[in-house]
Amino acid sequence: MTVTVARSVPEALQALAADPPPEVLAGGTDFMVEVNFARRRPEAILAVSRIDALGQWQQSDGQLRLGAGVTYTQLLEPPLAELAPALAQAARTVGSPQIRNAGTIGGNLVTASPAGDTLPVLLALDAEVELASAQGTRTLPLEAFLLGPKRCARRPDELLVAVRFPAPFGRQEFVKVGTRNAMVIAVASVCVVLDPGTGQVRIALGSVGPTPLRARAAEAYLAEQLVPQGTGPTATSAFELRDGDAALAEVRRLVAEAAQPIDDHRSSAAYRRHAVGVCVARALERLLRPAPGAALGEVAA
Amino acid sequence: MRYELVVNGTPREVDSSWLGESLLYVLRERLGLPGSKNACEQGECGSCSVLLDGRLVCACLVLAASAVGAEITTVEGLGGEGPEDLDPIQRAFVEAGAVQCGFCTPGLVVAVHDLLRRVPQPSEWEIREAISGNLCRCTGYGRILDAVQRAARAFAEQAVTR
Repeated sequence: MTVTVARSVPEALQALAADPPPEVLAGGTDFMVEVNFARRRPEAILAVSRIDALGQWQQSDGQLRLGAGVTYTQLLEPPLAELAPALAQAARTVGSPQIRNAGTIGGNLVTASPAGDTLPVLLALDAEVELASAQGTRTLPLEAFLLGPKRCARRPDELLVAVRFPAPFGRQEFVKVGTRNAMVIAVASVCVVLDPGTGQVRIALGSVGPTPLRARAAEAYLAEQLVPQGTGPTATSAFELRDGDAALAEVRRLVAEAAQPIDDHRSSAAYRRHAVGVCVARALERLLRPAPGAALGEVAA
Repeated sequence: MRYELVVNGTPREVDSSWLGESLLYVLRERLGLPGSKNACEQGECGSCSVLLDGRLVCACLVLAASAVGAEITTVEGLGGEGPEDLDPIQRAFVEAGAVQCGFCTPGLVVAVHDLLRRVPQPSEWEIREAISGNLCRCTGYGRILDAVQRAARAFAEQAVTR
């Protein structure tokens, strides 16, 4: 067995050009569990956790580009928490401080667990991932990257280097249900992103399908239902639902219908279907309140 | 395959090990530092908490060979050798009666070090969140919370007298 500790992206890509390529180790929060329990015996490991560039992020032209090595701890602290609030909410529900210090957004993406907490948020933000190899770099929309449970479109010779999405963007809420607050894997989760400029809504569901899912029927219905509160100079970023509570019930129904849950050791499919509806209702109730100051809501238009 | 780790400020050579070993395994079995405890080996229990380049992590989830050149601090690096040389956090745990079987204590002491360095006067909620990754099956956490508050006060007093 060999271990290569890369210090730069080019160095990592060079190592990945080997045949066969080494297995990529980032924060280790999934990979090392498999090694510790002898479920994985890699011939060669490429450790990327010491590549400083992967832990950095840039914001320009309304886009946020997060290096794949950005940790959950980085995501839940300002300024990232202000640029991508739902991602911060999701990061805060991951594991414990120890796990959040080690685990990375790139790891969450490549592991491609149906329960990956950042994935519904990234899907609702229409994120794209950057995959680099010795041959060059390609960009994929998240829906084309996530293929199934623990399956993604990364080739063995590629390194996921970054994820990009608009930020700051609209108003955002992430809600997750699990068996307790800390150290819990999601039974169901929802991210709702509302663009106050256009009144468009995007809803993504986690842990209720082979990959995170968009609830497009619910999105279309909501776009018809959202009415801005006040107009002209008194306009706020608060919205009302045209049909009030009946509309909320219909969104819950459409979201539950969009879910494709399974029975497993964490939850029954029936409970997941119920929980995902509860999550979307809670997220919407928060979003329909007036924005907490202009910080997030007003910027996107 | 040989490599060197810097543990508690001292370079230590790791020899004839399998390269897939976790930092926890290397600390305990190769370097004779059994303070970090081995329980779950999957990052759930926090009993192997160490500081890696100043970040609180579970040593069981760190590939030891990937930590070459990093600064590793274990519970052994926080206090001195004997009962007289306890650091203020260890002393607070003793004084508050926060130790029962003691298995989770080293991990908690390291986690509380990390907390008080970042947040010198934490609220109860900040304490609860900071130790949410450290499982204790004996105490019910009441006295652990007491110990953290006691340690925070001790640090504050130390800062005043200095």
